[in-house]
Amino acid sequence: MYKWAMVVDLDRCTGCAACVVACRAENNVPIAGEEEAGKGRASFWMRIERYWEGEYPNVRARYMPVFCQQCANAPCEPVCPVYATYHSAEGLNVQVYNRCVGTRYCANNCPYAVRYFNWFDPRWPDPLPEQLNPDVTVRFRVMEKCTFCIQRIRRGKELAKMAGRRVIDGEIQPACVQTCAPGALVFGDLNDPASRVARLAMSPRRFRLHEDLGTEPAVFYLKEQSYG
Amino acid sequence: MASDSPFGSAARVNDDILRPVLQTTWRFYAVVALLGSVVLWGAFAVWYLLSTGIGVFGLNRPVYWALMIINFVFFVGLSHSGTLISAILRVTHAEWRRPITRGAEAMTVFTIMVAAAFPLIHLGRPWVFYYLIPYPDLRGLWPNFRSPLIWDFIAISTYLTGSIIYLYLPMIPDLAVIRDRSHGWRRYLYIALSLGWTGSEREWSRLSRVLGIMAVVIIPVAVSVHSIVSWDFAMTIVPVWHSTIFAPYFVVGAIYSGIALVITIMVLIRWVFNLQSYLQPRQFDNLGKLLFVMSVIWFYFWFADALTTWYGREPSEFAVLRYTILGPFAPLFWTMIVCNLVIPFWTMMFKQLRRNVLVMLVVSLLVNVGMYSERILIIVPALSRGRLPSAWGSYQPTWVEISITAAAFAGFSLLYVLFTKFFPVVSMWEVKEGMGERAEAGVKEPGTPPRKTVEGAEGAYG
Repeated sequence: MYKWAMVVDLDRCTGCAACVVACRAENNVPIAGEEEAGKGRASFWMRIERYWEGEYPNVRARYMPVFCQQCANAPCEPVCPVYATYHSAEGLNVQVYNRCVGTRYCANNCPYAVRYFNWFDPRWPDPLPEQLNPDVTVRFRVMEKCTFCIQRIRRGKELAKMAGRRVIDGEIQPACVQTCAPGALVFGDLNDPASRVARLAMSPRRFRLHEDLGTEPAVFYLKEQSYG
Repeated sequence: MASDSPFGSAARVNDDILRPVLQTTWRFYAVVALLGSVVLWGAFAVWYLLSTGIGVFGLNRPVYWALMIINFVFFVGLSHSGTLISAILRVTHAEWRRPITRGAEAMTVFTIMVAAAFPLIHLGRPWVFYYLIPYPDLRGLWPNFRSPLIWDFIAISTYLTGSIIYLYLPMIPDLAVIRDRSHGWRRYLYIALSLGWTGSEREWSRLSRVLGIMAVVIIPVAVSVHSIVSWDFAMTIVPVWHSTIFAPYFVVGAIYSGIALVITIMVLIRWVFNLQSYLQPRQFDNLGKLLFVMSVIWFYFWFADALTTWYGREPSEFAVLRYTILGPFAPLFWTMIVCNLVIPFWTMMFKQLRRNVLVMLVVSLLVNVGMYSERILIIVPALSRGRLPSAWGSYQPTWVEISITAAAFAGFSLLYVLFTKFFPVVSMWEVKEGMGERAEAGVKEPGTPPRKTVEGAEGAYG
């Protein structure tokens, strides 16, 4: 049994947002369009939060990639009246688009605000429809969010099964992890004590978002270090 | 004899109250046309919504619930008092209730019908709303009974069913009276609806027993419904929503706004149907006292909740409270305090003002302005100021939401106007029972109950 988890090393993150673009391309995240994006209606399964620290001229930007934290005690799950979101045995918080009726209750109860709703029918300006990912469903007026690229996890598990072995550490990479140039994102199996994720998740720099809420996220952040 | 009673004999009661049912003026058609056109405009807005997407609302991340849910909570709240007041007053044998019960019960049924439409309109895919209904289906999946929305779905259906029964049962004797007075297709309607009521002693005693049971049963149902509506919010971990006081606070607010609407409706009925001798200052005096008490209780609950948040200074909760009181919602906040506390408190305190029908109309309307503001303030600021400041947002309604809201108010009024056209809006037999006399000798009609034995029965119009 696997337990998928992600580590985000804030020390390495430059805020370049390549992960945001990769996620959008991989997961068929719809394009909101200029007007709707201006209203804040753009969907980002993966987003970079930017916080400014200090006063001019001593200003510093801090970047923090935020996406579905795949909580073990997910607040979004019990409130869904139709089981459109549930917990998989591998620790993923799974969204079943066909079951979703669109109450948006889950999104209200998500303390990380990482759930996105299809406000309109999905559309892509030309030539973007040419690059839609055939492995990922296109969503229609339902709730959606980061899946840890479940299609890649599935593919990886199938390949490993055919070879009669477990998934090798680093074999499965969600689109954001694959794209991250400074290597700030690490994905893997927490149940394998030798995996990079499992080792980094024990770092003294580790924290999880809103750990006080007891949501038990599967995303571990590594604090920025001080360079004096 | 009939002389102590301000409106004479039982036959006179029938004439007075059935006049709007049996005679139709041009004003009725004008009102129906006006309200109907607003409802049709709302229907157009819903069509536009369904064909385009929820994006035509002003919703946004993180404010995923707004005007449709505000309307839902507001209308469920309004629905409260009708049945509850009528049931409590019946159980306690409050004599002054008699001309109020029917109008209040009808109000409950129509507000809850309107309320039930909102969660459906609010859904992203309303055409699959039936996924919420527990029935054995091919998906092999029951609804999630842990979700407060399922509790809500069950509570609202129970309450709607119960309220319809509670409205219908005490209407049967009155329907028998109309049956004997109407002609044409309407006669067949009332023959069917009056279930062969003849007015025998046995029928009366059965009715009184079943009403006794229904009145007691409906009170806990009414209380549970608004508690469950509050749990849609309180069961989440959203700052400020997640509060133990929410259930009683919502129930109190619901009773408060419901009583205000009962008063508004009673004033309008009194004017439109010339029922001055039935709906007397005494009724308004007592309803005004209730309004006074509810305004104080409402404020007590609000204050207990807000003080705890203010004093605790838990950052995510405090951010919401500050945004509500000092931020862009401040005008709405002060509207709520003035309309819900200051005005009702300083007017309903005085007997002269409680007995002034015009004052009662204005105050009751203002209370509901305040309660609507309260519903907005409960829902929007909490969602706007979530736990991650990077995901803070706000909300502005669009023409689509405003049109649907207007249509809801018009639709409720339209249902009520149509109700008064087909059914007596004052319970005739209860008024006659309160007069403490049997129908005059020789007048045989099914709608007059046997002499009332309860003490104080004469005092209905004292």
